[in-house]
Amino acid sequence: MSLFLKALKKSPWVFHVNAGACNNCDIEILDCLTPRFDVERFGIKLVGSIKHADALIISGGVTANILPRVLEIYEQAPKPCLVVAVGSCGCSGGIFRDAYNMVGPIDHYLPVDVFIPGCPPRPEALIAGIVKALGKL
Amino acid sequence: MAKVIPTGPFHPILEEPEFFKFHVDGETITKIDIRIGYSHRGIELLSEDKTWDQVPFLVERICGICSYSHPYGYCLAVERLANCEIPDRAKYIRAIVAELERLHSHLLWMGLAGHFIGYNTVFMWVWKWRELVLDALELTTGNRNHYANIKPGGVRRDIEDYMIPKLEKWIDELEPKCEMLIKVVMDDPVLHARLKGVGVLTKQEAIDYCALGPTARASGVAIDARADHPFDAYPLLDWKVISLPDGDVFAKAAVRLLENLESIKIIRQAIKKLKPGPIVNEIKEVPVGEAIGLYEAPRGETFHYIRSDGSNMPIRHKVRAPSYMNILTNELSCVGADLADGGLITAAHDPCYSCTERLSAVNDSIPENVLNSKEIARLSREKTKSIAEKFQLESNVTTDKK
Repeated sequence: MSLFLKALKKSPWVFHVNAGACNNCDIEILDCLTPRFDVERFGIKLVGSIKHADALIISGGVTANILPRVLEIYEQAPKPCLVVAVGSCGCSGGIFRDAYNMVGPIDHYLPVDVFIPGCPPRPEALIAGIVKALGKL
Repeated sequence: MAKVIPTGPFHPILEEPEFFKFHVDGETITKIDIRIGYSHRGIELLSEDKTWDQVPFLVERICGICSYSHPYGYCLAVERLANCEIPDRAKYIRAIVAELERLHSHLLWMGLAGHFIGYNTVFMWVWKWRELVLDALELTTGNRNHYANIKPGGVRRDIEDYMIPKLEKWIDELEPKCEMLIKVVMDDPVLHARLKGVGVLTKQEAIDYCALGPTARASGVAIDARADHPFDAYPLLDWKVISLPDGDVFAKAAVRLLENLESIKIIRQAIKKLKPGPIVNEIKEVPVGEAIGLYEAPRGETFHYIRSDGSNMPIRHKVRAPSYMNILTNELSCVGADLADGGLITAAHDPCYSCTERLSAVNDSIPENVLNSKEIARLSREKTKSIAEKFQLESNVTTDKK
């Protein structure tokens, strides 16, 4: 394993994108950082720019308006970039699947490494998902 | 010289995709452009092919934080249309879950506001206490968020006897924390200096811009759908509408903190008043007609309008979330503030963009308004062509002269 990947696995930084979610997955992601779950003790950190991130967390089925922005963000990400789809909407489109403004779940456009289903997934499930994603490296 | 600072749609201080253009003169904001619509999902149309009982599952996914408010507003509308009186036990269960949701929403906002101004301790503490509320919600409804507990005519899930001691214990644990939080915010000289007089929305402005919820109540407009349009258990309980006159970010924080205590008071009373009985009064048929439901969400009044043609689905369902009115007040409260306060002021009324998202339609038949890259390229080529033709004409003219 290269030194780079070793360092990445030690402390993965994540960037979070809301691609038309209802907010709830995003709050649960934020909840992971707070005292009860506190993922920062494992070196997992939410960062403010995709250019610093090792993993991209995408919640929500993708709306037509947000898709070009999400693709642009993925282009800017340093590779390898893990992509994690969070929530029922992120995995399959969920209850909004048939809406006129949804262009389909994110795995139609980006290579998704891990799907975390649930509406919203519990913080424990989120942590387990990120750990599984790291196992793929 | 005026400059424009674009913020968003994905920006570290914004949880959701939205876009602000701050026009600044030096450090002072002179104008703000708000652009929303990134999360528009088309919920109103989706709702029209769901049955009356399926719609609550859809509308609670409008927003993850108000996921009891939207179905509550919808159920009030359906019950009014079907002329249905819900059982007493269901009323109190609704009040308990609704107030727990208000607690969780206000605590969440308080934490984020602390995070914005650099008080990360407040963020961590408040979110730790918020877990107690989420535990209570999980116990009573079965899920941390998206409770799926409400249906037209009553509630889906009863609060069993064994839950009540746990619920009371968590509420007892939470109350001193909320009181402590009030003291922390009200007595901190740094917070006073930082938040007082920032982003002021006067009473008249709040009325003119139809501000709702804590945003309006912090500006001295004491409106609250629970008191103004009483429904279910609220007229039977003892509580009061909190209102402060200042209209700045400090007042908005203080209103929410004081409302936390009112919510705890309501939950305590509702638990005491729970009497054994049915929890749902099934609605067999929804007659032809239309109705509105008004519910006070943590952010303000949620408005649901439904129209029925007597079938098993609504033929029109209109939703207006409170942030739709509150986001516009940014235009007033941001102007004149420092750029450093811009993020705080836009977050101070607890905006919820997934609630608000509208579709803006551009009429294709007026091409001079919007040009895409193809059209710009076409215009450019046409100009070259016309210049080339002119040259040819001139050269022709010159050749003619020769």
